[in-house]
Amino acid sequence: MTDTRIDRRMAKLKAEGRPALVTYFMGGDPDYATSLSIMKALPKAGADIIELGMPFSDPMADGPAIQAAGLRALKGGQTLVKTLAMAADFRKGDDDTPIVLMGYYNPIYNHGVERFLADAKAAGVDGLIVVDLPPEMDEELCIPALKAGINFIRLATPTTDDKRLPKVLQNTSGFVYYVSMTGITGSALADTAKVGEAVRRIKAHTMLPVCVGFGVKTAEQARLIGASADGVVVGTAIVNAVASVLGPKGEKVADPAEAVATLVGGLAQGVRQARLAAAE
Amino acid sequence: MNKPALPNSFRTGPNEQGMFGIFGGRFVAETLMPLILDLEKEWEAAKNDPAFKAELTALSTFYAGRPSKLYFAEGLTKHLGGAKVYFKREDLNHTGSHKINNCLGQILLAKRMGKKRIIAETGAGQHGVASATVSARFGYPCVVYMGATDVERQKPNVFRMKLLGAEVRPVSAGHGTLKDAMNEALRDWVTNVEDTYYLIGTAAGPHPYPEMVRDFQSVIGAEARAQILEQEGRLPDVIIAAVGGGSNAIGLFHPFLDDKDVKIVGVEAGGRGLDGIEHCASMNAGRPGVLHGNRTYLLQNGDGQILDGHSISAGLDYPGVGPEHSWLRDSGRVDYVPILDDEALEAFQLCTKVEGIIPALESAHAIAQAMKIAPSMGKDEIVIVNLSGRGDKDVHTVAGMMGMEI
Ligand SMILES: Cc1ncc(COP(=O)(O)O)c(C=O)c1O
Repeated sequence: MTDTRIDRRMAKLKAEGRPALVTYFMGGDPDYATSLSIMKALPKAGADIIELGMPFSDPMADGPAIQAAGLRALKGGQTLVKTLAMAADFRKGDDDTPIVLMGYYNPIYNHGVERFLADAKAAGVDGLIVVDLPPEMDEELCIPALKAGINFIRLATPTTDDKRLPKVLQNTSGFVYYVSMTGITGSALADTAKVGEAVRRIKAHTMLPVCVGFGVKTAEQARLIGASADGVVVGTAIVNAVASVLGPKGEKVADPAEAVATLVGGLAQGVRQARLAAAE
Repeated sequence: MNKPALPNSFRTGPNEQGMFGIFGGRFVAETLMPLILDLEKEWEAAKNDPAFKAELTALSTFYAGRPSKLYFAEGLTKHLGGAKVYFKREDLNHTGSHKINNCLGQILLAKRMGKKRIIAETGAGQHGVASATVSARFGYPCVVYMGATDVERQKPNVFRMKLLGAEVRPVSAGHGTLKDAMNEALRDWVTNVEDTYYLIGTAAGPHPYPEMVRDFQSVIGAEARAQILEQEGRLPDVIIAAVGGGSNAIGLFHPFLDDKDVKIVGVEAGGRGLDGIEHCASMNAGRPGVLHGNRTYLLQNGDGQILDGHSISAGLDYPGVGPEHSWLRDSGRVDYVPILDDEALEAFQLCTKVEGIIPALESAHAIAQAMKIAPSMGKDEIVIVNLSGRGDKDVHTVAGMMGMEI
């Protein structure tokens, strides 16, 4: 597979000696225009990679915050087609920041896998994270995606032992997403020392960068996790920042893009201090 | 639609990957994958372990009350004036439905696997009650996820679960029905994967659940087949069961699948009609998709978002169906037909009046289908209806529908 924007971005950050800040937000939350403005604000505030959430009616691996964000997006009229359009709109002004689509398989399957990959490629999408497609189901989307030149980023978890790890890593590309705990998004962060150990365990099996997500909410946590990981993923905190400026009827009481930018600015500081602290 | 070539036997699925044709599979988060592989291994071992079989048989006999009777419903037969109607009396099992068959099997597996805690989802509450029952019997803490709407319409069962020592957690996401309860149970499982056994209540979910639940429920069909041979000296012409997730139906159907002259009919919840979205007839009005660990027929919108559906019967109120049914539908071996809320209600009342049996609203859907076909069949023809459960839990709902308060 040729280089993708993810590979290039990761190589650049490695050379700079700092971990990536990977930011998840929900596409279409609370509406298309606002959500696009959030997406555009992310790189400016210091995000290195964007995870664009594709809302799904039944997000089995997500906690209340991301569940609610998905429902707001669906209520606001978001669809898979619109999420792809959002990636394309973003690409008009930014040809460097990697975009990873994250979500569940059914909307993709419903759209048609080949058609989805062609549309995603045309929209400037670089990678996919699909929660409910383990390696046992690689023929569904992973292999076709790799053929289409799109990274398939796999989740490794605390239950993925050394025996299973090679299977999980086999068709993974772009980076490995280590889920810090057994649980759903938005839970409390696991013991950071344990996470560091897990990252080292995975790195012994692969040359790919390892990013850590689930539970990271503050700049301080980003700094601690970033000491050992190649990237830090933040999702629920960003989705909460959006929710925090919505009124009881979903109306905006302040600018969500600004709220997100403030949070991400702090997180960006955190990852930039990660290795300084580690070197001390 | 392209029909797959007819297999020599309809009873050989799933394959190693847990697929029935294009249906089934293991569409789950990585966190759960190692556990699901473990479960599969343990299930394979248990299946071939005589001690496991012996313990299950003893519990089925002395605790659950098996075999359940195959009862000639003479009152209903006379009333309909056509084919002889038999009921497979799963309503007489301990806890009042077929759900106990599966729960006894799975609790023994949980014990084998050294798990410490049981979780379950429930719609009508029958599976919740059966899970709470076996948890009490074997000394496990049990958490049951139940949609908030269902908590409201199945109050007697909620209380039963609490009496049995289970914790009932209402789920208010979505319409607060079975689908939402299943999402929440999966979230619990992902979080507590180390010590928790997820006791799925129907023949759905990721492999090996659809196969395993089918095998535990197949006792229904195996008994019915032997009983009708003994009582009538021949196989039935038609067998009928209601399909929610599909466990009582696949349990009755599976032993008959290769009996080519036996017509098999699954009844889906037609709700208020198939024109709108107020039904749960996923195989009549849905498309294949992926939800809760498997590919199957689902009610979904054009964007692939799952719809909530509707049925008067909480146990049928699920927008999907077990994957083996999807395969049996496409292969043409089984016919799946809808029955409306009103038709089920009428069957509920008729059965009560002419048989003195109050059926579960789920089972009333199957009876309603028998009411449709039996009158035009010959008097020497035979129909078996799976009476999957008793209707005590539904009297509040039915009273409401009849405009009465109790
Ligand atoms: C009595 C009864 N019949 C049928 C069902 C539907 O489930 P399944 O399709 O798995 O048999 C239920 C579910 O709660 C039930 O309680």
